[in-house]
Amino acid sequence: MIPEFGHFALILAFGLSIALAILPAVGVYRRDAMLMQTGPSIATGIFVFMAFSFGCLVYSFSQDDFSVAYVANNSNSALPIQYKISAVWGAHEGSFLLWTLIASGWTLAVATFSRGLTFDMKARVLAVLGLLCAGFAAFLLFTSNPFDRNLPFHPADGADLNPLLQDFGLIVHPPMLYMGYVGFAVPFALAIATLTTGRLDAAWARWSRPWTTAAWAFLTVGITLGSWWAYYELGWGGWWFWDAVENASFMPWLVGTALIHSLAASEKRGVFKSWTVLLAISTFSLSLLGAFLVRSGVLTSVHAFAVDPTRGLYILVFLVLVIGGSLTLYAFKASGIKSEAHFEWNSREAMLLINNLLLVVATASVLLGTLYPLLYEVITDGKKISVGPPYFNRVFVPIVCLLFLAMVVSPFSRWRKTSVDILIRQHWPFLLATPVAVCVVTYLVTNGIDMLAIGVETLAVWILVMLVRHWWQSGSINSASKLGMMMGHAGIAVAILGVVVTVTYSEERDVRMSPGDSLVVAGYEFTFEGVQKVRGPNYLADQAEFNVTSNGDFVAKLRPEKRFYSVAQNVMTEADIDPGLFRDVFVALGENVGESAWAVRIHVKPFVRWIWLGGLLVALGGFVTLLDKRYRRVREVVSINAVGSAA
Amino acid sequence: MARLLLALIFSVSVNCLAAIDAYPFPDEDMQQRYDGLIAELRCPQCLNTNLAGSDAMIAQDLRREVHRMLLDGYEDEEILEFMYERYGDFILYRPRLGFGTLVLWLGPLLLLVVAGLIWFRLARAKPELLEINTEDQARLDKLLKDTDT
Amino acid sequence: MTFNKSLLIPLGVFVLLVVFLALGFRLQNPHLLPSALIDKPFPEFELKDLHQPEMSRTLADLSGEVSLVNVWATWCPNCLIEHPELLRISRETDLPLYGVNYNDDNEKALGWLTRLEDPYVFSIIDDKGTLAIDLGVYGAPETFVLDARGVIRFRHVGPVTPEVWQETLLPVVELLKEMSDG
Repeated sequence: MIPEFGHFALILAFGLSIALAILPAVGVYRRDAMLMQTGPSIATGIFVFMAFSFGCLVYSFSQDDFSVAYVANNSNSALPIQYKISAVWGAHEGSFLLWTLIASGWTLAVATFSRGLTFDMKARVLAVLGLLCAGFAAFLLFTSNPFDRNLPFHPADGADLNPLLQDFGLIVHPPMLYMGYVGFAVPFALAIATLTTGRLDAAWARWSRPWTTAAWAFLTVGITLGSWWAYYELGWGGWWFWDAVENASFMPWLVGTALIHSLAASEKRGVFKSWTVLLAISTFSLSLLGAFLVRSGVLTSVHAFAVDPTRGLYILVFLVLVIGGSLTLYAFKASGIKSEAHFEWNSREAMLLINNLLLVVATASVLLGTLYPLLYEVITDGKKISVGPPYFNRVFVPIVCLLFLAMVVSPFSRWRKTSVDILIRQHWPFLLATPVAVCVVTYLVTNGIDMLAIGVETLAVWILVMLVRHWWQSGSINSASKLGMMMGHAGIAVAILGVVVTVTYSEERDVRMSPGDSLVVAGYEFTFEGVQKVRGPNYLADQAEFNVTSNGDFVAKLRPEKRFYSVAQNVMTEADIDPGLFRDVFVALGENVGESAWAVRIHVKPFVRWIWLGGLLVALGGFVTLLDKRYRRVREVVSINAVGSAA
Repeated sequence: MARLLLALIFSVSVNCLAAIDAYPFPDEDMQQRYDGLIAELRCPQCLNTNLAGSDAMIAQDLRREVHRMLLDGYEDEEILEFMYERYGDFILYRPRLGFGTLVLWLGPLLLLVVAGLIWFRLARAKPELLEINTEDQARLDKLLKDTDT
Repeated sequence: MTFNKSLLIPLGVFVLLVVFLALGFRLQNPHLLPSALIDKPFPEFELKDLHQPEMSRTLADLSGEVSLVNVWATWCPNCLIEHPELLRISRETDLPLYGVNYNDDNEKALGWLTRLEDPYVFSIIDDKGTLAIDLGVYGAPETFVLDARGVIRFRHVGPVTPEVWQETLLPVVELLKEMSDG
């Protein structure tokens, strides 16, 4: 019965979403305060039913209810409980149920926490969010019902979760990603609502900022976790492949970064207002486009969910209606918006403009590369082409380096006009000392000079140095906003350093080793002790043991495995890593190449953790800005607003 | 339904996961060239993996060929050309520069130029100067001085 | 309020994008690769005959008329599925069928052909997969249609079922025969 309850709750949530899309909107049209205020209660209802529906699916998984097709396809009685639960979002239907649950969650949050919004705006925003929730729920109900039963004949046991997904990564990565993707619906809804009023004022930007930053911070965590997970799970030491699905998450992030910066300019100086609205629409559009790419089968990827053209068609229609509709609204309603303020080329506004432009160019390039194989195949009627990391790296890196250059001086930029000569006079020793220091350190540590690496490292260290100088000059960091900004920028610099150092100086060897053999890689000695058989909860594995030492001192015992999952009939390489702040030591086991000899991969990757620590620092910075006092000062303003607009 | 089943049978027989071969090379330079080439060549069978990351039979065979060609003294370009002749554009992760990929390679550059032009237009625009007489100008100056903090 | 036409650009770009995505649905199975060897001569080779290992076969043994070259192996389940149809083609038509035994074990291959009967004029041993690579093969089974001058005119990936023969291969074969006769 539980799956049927879950299904029914989903239907109720769908119905309420339609109500949310209609009632407050009618209230706005008729200036009926009562109708306008129905939003929050309906939103609560939607969330409650969605949560209940989701709970039913979780219950079905935990109870091994294999009469539910989705459970049978993705779970197994021998699966450990934490993976049974995370298997809920391990494939298309369940993950989209999670997506819709999160959408209803953000909707409820907006209904509850936007006391600064007028009744009118709040009703409009909730109506847009209601429309989106209705669309998502309809998608589930009509094409991707997770509660479909397998009756009357259902399997005695499930097909098991893909072994690659039986990992901590699955527990955290998708929920964080979806919090970000779906969270961008909030600034989207705010943008649409504002366009419908025909007035684009600074208030819109002020309301949007915390929501946008929160969603963006979650997406940052999601992407960071994804990269880290791929690194230790896939067994070949890579952490970003420019795969279509990875790009699907990265593009909203890039435009989202442009959006949070642009909102600051719109709020403070009233500039870029029309441009910021377009960014808000684009960010969420890229989220939806990402969902389309991943779930429609139009692009090939190891990450993609199972192919189903009907679903793809539905999402495409949804995209056309939502994005097409919003861009049409934008074209006609944004016409009258003109920026009020003027600024010099060296002002903060100009810097933010560079930021916006470069991020958009970067996003467009990634989009071009991702979709090009599809475009090429359509135009040439069948010929296939591949666009992979060599293209993306060559195109993306230079654009983003220009951005880093701007980041170096941005903390010092002033609204309207920055005094460049004062800037140079105060900081030139530090700016000059940095590349010299980087060269010296590089030479001492690596006995070589890699110009490209030194160049990018210099950019990163410049960013950090100038942040410290800014702190030094200001005396203290007196607002959460400022602290958040500094953490965010510092995080990027840390991540850049991680990327450059690991890409340039990693050492990797694929060798054949027999028990007793030893190999030295990057100063570490790896001794192969042998292989033994071990048994896991749902797998049987060959486990190798490696003794790692450095100059005779013990470093780690690494035990990489080759696992055979009996139900899924899958073989998986599980690498073992000795993590460190300044280097990762990574060993993976290959095939048994005769008698007791095995093919072994050994990596020493310096600074690779800095990539994800940087990412987490960026996200933390985003969350910190939410603590700023100005978001807590809204109370006094509320009563005036409420009275004023209800009249 | 039958077609789906056949497709499943065709695809399930391969294992597109990380692969480790122990190919020896005479020097570090050739090892690096090998690593670069197998990262740049796509596995024809898998869903978006390079030769380095795939255990499929064809990937193993192709890695063996790359190793052999390097030892035989072929240049990187010649090896990529060899693969292109047999598998087409699909196998190259770095798209060849040609008529069909002009938009791909020049697009980002063009966008960057356009962005630069937009920036110059917006950031360099001179604000309109209003006509103002000297008396009002004096009052304005005084006001600005007083409120300047 | 003047209407700023440049604001229509995002919408225009989006429409273009949607058109391509919609067209993307009509595309073929992403697993199928088009062959890079269409209209190119069959590659040169010198490989041992499966039944007579002391003898080598070369390209010269293939030319002369329209023919099929089938890449097969005992480890390939789809090869088992297409075998009856290949047998039927070899018996009921005058189309010569040549086999390329791909990355296989000789004994197993011979046993297979004995047990299931041999539809091939001859099979060659490609145990290193070098000919397969020269043909741009990436899995088994694959079937190539050659014209009378030994030029590859068509490749089919996957098993040759009766439908595939009737709807895809037969028309090509007939066209090529017409062209070589005329």
